[in-house]
Amino acid sequence: MLNRRNFVVSAAAMAIALAYGPASAAGKYDPGASDTEIKIGNINPYSGPASAYGTIGKAIAAYFKMVNDKGGINGRKINFISVDDSYSPPKTVEQARKLVEQEKVLLIFQSLGTPTNSAIHKYMNAKKVPHLFVATGAGKWGQPKKYPWTMGWQPAYPGEAKIYASYLLDNKPDAKVAILYQNDDYGKDYLNGFLEGLGAKAKSMVIAKEPYEVADPTVDPQIIKLKASGADTFFNITTPKFAAQAIRKVHDLGWQPLHFLNNVSTSVGGVLKPAGLDKSVGLITTQYTKDATDPQWTNDADMKAWHAWMDKYLPDGDKSSSFNVYGYAVAATMEEVLKKAGDNLTRANIMKQAASLKNVKVPLLIPGVTVDTGPNDFYPIECARLAKFDGAKWVGVGDVICPKK
Amino acid sequence: MGVQSQSTNSRLRDLAALASGAKLSRLQWSGIVAAVVFGLLLPLLVSDYRTFQFTLVLVYGIAVLGLNILTGFNGQFSLGHSAFYAIGAYTAAIMMDQWEFAYYWTLPAAGVICLVAGFLFGLPALRLEGLYLALATFALSIATPQFLKYDHLEKWTGGVQGVTIIKPDAPFGLQISQDNWLYYFTFVVMLLLFFCAWNLLRGRTGRALKAIRDNPIAARAMGINTALYKSLTFGVSALYTGVAGALGAIAIQFVAPDSFTFFLSVAILVGMVIGGIGSIPGSIFGGIVIVFIPNLAEKISQAAAWAAYGTLLILFMYFMPLGIWGFIRMGYARLTRRRKAT
Repeated sequence: MLNRRNFVVSAAAMAIALAYGPASAAGKYDPGASDTEIKIGNINPYSGPASAYGTIGKAIAAYFKMVNDKGGINGRKINFISVDDSYSPPKTVEQARKLVEQEKVLLIFQSLGTPTNSAIHKYMNAKKVPHLFVATGAGKWGQPKKYPWTMGWQPAYPGEAKIYASYLLDNKPDAKVAILYQNDDYGKDYLNGFLEGLGAKAKSMVIAKEPYEVADPTVDPQIIKLKASGADTFFNITTPKFAAQAIRKVHDLGWQPLHFLNNVSTSVGGVLKPAGLDKSVGLITTQYTKDATDPQWTNDADMKAWHAWMDKYLPDGDKSSSFNVYGYAVAATMEEVLKKAGDNLTRANIMKQAASLKNVKVPLLIPGVTVDTGPNDFYPIECARLAKFDGAKWVGVGDVICPKK
Repeated sequence: MGVQSQSTNSRLRDLAALASGAKLSRLQWSGIVAAVVFGLLLPLLVSDYRTFQFTLVLVYGIAVLGLNILTGFNGQFSLGHSAFYAIGAYTAAIMMDQWEFAYYWTLPAAGVICLVAGFLFGLPALRLEGLYLALATFALSIATPQFLKYDHLEKWTGGVQGVTIIKPDAPFGLQISQDNWLYYFTFVVMLLLFFCAWNLLRGRTGRALKAIRDNPIAARAMGINTALYKSLTFGVSALYTGVAGALGAIAIQFVAPDSFTFFLSVAILVGMVIGGIGSIPGSIFGGIVIVFIPNLAEKISQAAAWAAYGTLLILFMYFMPLGIWGFIRMGYARLTRRRKAT
C-alpha cells in the first residue's frame, strides 16, 4: 500500500513538474505558488479551551472566498488551508509540519496563540517559511535579526503600554502611577513596555506596583495597597476576571484615579458588566479597529463593505463579534502583501514585501492607524487611539497615538 | 463491583494470558520479526513529516504501555498519566536547555524521576480503589499544568512560555535526516522497553499483578505483598510514561504547560482501550490511535471534528470490543479454527 502511495506521490510530483516547469519563465515560485494558485496555511483552535477564537479562522476563510470570487490576486486563486490544533502546542507542531511538508503551503498565516506559536517559532525559521501576522500580542514576534521569518500584526503588549506612557508624558507629566499586573510573561510584557515608554521619568512617576498570581482568588488586597500609595493614575494590567474585580474595588474604595485598562479586558459583556457598568465609566483603553457596534461608523464605507461581506459570506456570523472585524482586516493585510509580491512568489520575496509596508491603509483600522514595517521593524500595527467608556460603549477620544521610540 | 466487571475481568485475563504467554510460539516470533523489519524500513518509504508522525506513534505507544501495565495488568485506574508524561518531558527539556546534557541522558533521568514520583503517588493511592483512584489521579493531571506555570519554578520551566529545545542530529556522521534518526532512536528505546515489560509480566511478577487485579483478597492470602506490588506498579507505569514524555519533548522540540492538559491523560486512556487492554503489542496500536484518529476525524468533518471523533470511538467499541489487538487475535483464531474444521 505504501509503495502504491509512493508511486502516486511521485507520479503526481512528475505531473506537477511537467505542468509547472515551463511556466516558471513567467513567474518565480516557491512551493505553494503557481500560475493559478497560492496555498496559504493557517492553524486555529477550532476545538479545545480557546475555541472561541476559531471565529477568526472562519472569517479569514470567508474573506479569501470573496477574494477568489473577485478573480483572486494577480489572477491566482487563494487556496486557504486551515487546520485545528486545539490550542495544544504539540499538535501545532504536527499541523505546521503537515502544512509545510505535506500540503506544501507557501506560507503560514495567522496561526493563533502565544504558546502554540512559540512551539513552531524555531521550526518555521529553520525551514525559512514565512510565519506571518501571527495572532498574539506578545512582544517576541518582532525580532527580525533572530527570527527573520516571523512577524506579528496587532499592537504588541509592550507597544500598547507605551501608548499609555506617551499619553501620560504629554498630558499628565506629574502623574503618580500605581500598577497592578499579572505575574507572568503577559503582565511583564505590559509592565516593561510601560516603564520603557516612560523612560527616565519611570522612577519618579511610578510610585507603586503590585503583582498578582493567576491562581489568586481576588486582587482586593493589592488594590487597597495601591490606593494607599496616594497614586492618582492607575494602570490595570489584568485578564478579564481580575479586571472586573479591580474595577469594582477601585470604585467601592472611592478611589478615582485616571484608570487605564489593557486592551485584553475591554469586553463590555465579559468584564464591564460583571464589574458594574456604572462603576466602569471613565475607564480608558486603546482601540485600533473600528467597532462594528459603534454608531459612529454606520455610514463608513469600509464598515458598509464589511456588513455586505458578512451578509454574503458569513450569514450566520455574529456581527457584534470583534473577531469578525479582526479577521477581515488581517486577511486584507495578507492580500495586500501578496498583491505587492506580484509574480515573484518566492518565500524570500513574501517576507521582503511584508517587511516593506509603508503607510498602508487596511480596511477597518481606525483612521490614522496604518500598517508600517521595515527590515528592522516587524511590528506592523503600533499606533492606536485611546477610547473612554461612557457607561454603555467605548468612545474614541483624541488623535491616534504612536508609542515613542 | 458486580457481575459485569467480573466478566470484563475474565475477558481481560484471557487477553492478558494470550498476550503475555510465557514462551513465544514460532508464529509469534515471526510476527515480531516482521514487525521489527517493517518498523526499520518504514522511514525509507515515507516523507520526513510522516516519519515524525510515526515517531509520535512510538512515543505514545510507550506511554500507553505504561498505562497498560497499571490498568490492564494490575487493575488500577489512572487519569493522571499526563502528569508523569509532563514530568518526563520537562526533565528532558530542562536538562537539555539549562545544563546542556545530551538528549540520550535525559531518558534514564526522566525514567528514574518518574519512577520515584509514581511510587510516592502510589503509596497514598493504595487506600483508594476504582473510581476514587481515578478521581485522585484526575486531580494530579489537572494540577500539573498550574504547577508548571508556578512562578518560583519559572527559572527552569520557562513559565507559560515553555522551553524550546534543539533537535539532535544523527551521530557518527550518518547521512540521514534528523527525523529519521530520531525515529530509529525512539524505535530502539521502544523495543527495549517493550522487551522489559514482556519480561516483567510473563513471570512471577506478572502473575502477582494479575492476581491482585482479579482478586486482591485471594492474592493477599497467597502471600503476595499487595501494597508493595501496587505501589511499584505505579512507579514502573510512571517510568514508562515519563520516558515517553522525554522522547516526545525531544521530537516536538518544545514543552509548555498547555501541552500536558487533562486531555492528554484521556488520549492515553483511549489509546489503551482501543489498542487493547492488557496487551503489550496492543499498546502500539494505541499509539496509532492517539496520533491518527484525531487527524482522521478532522478529515471527515472539520466543523464537527470532535463529533466525528466520538462516532469513530463508538464504532471501534462496537466492532472491536476487545480493542484492535483483541480483534486481530480473534480474527486469527477464527481463521485457524475454520481451517482445522475443513
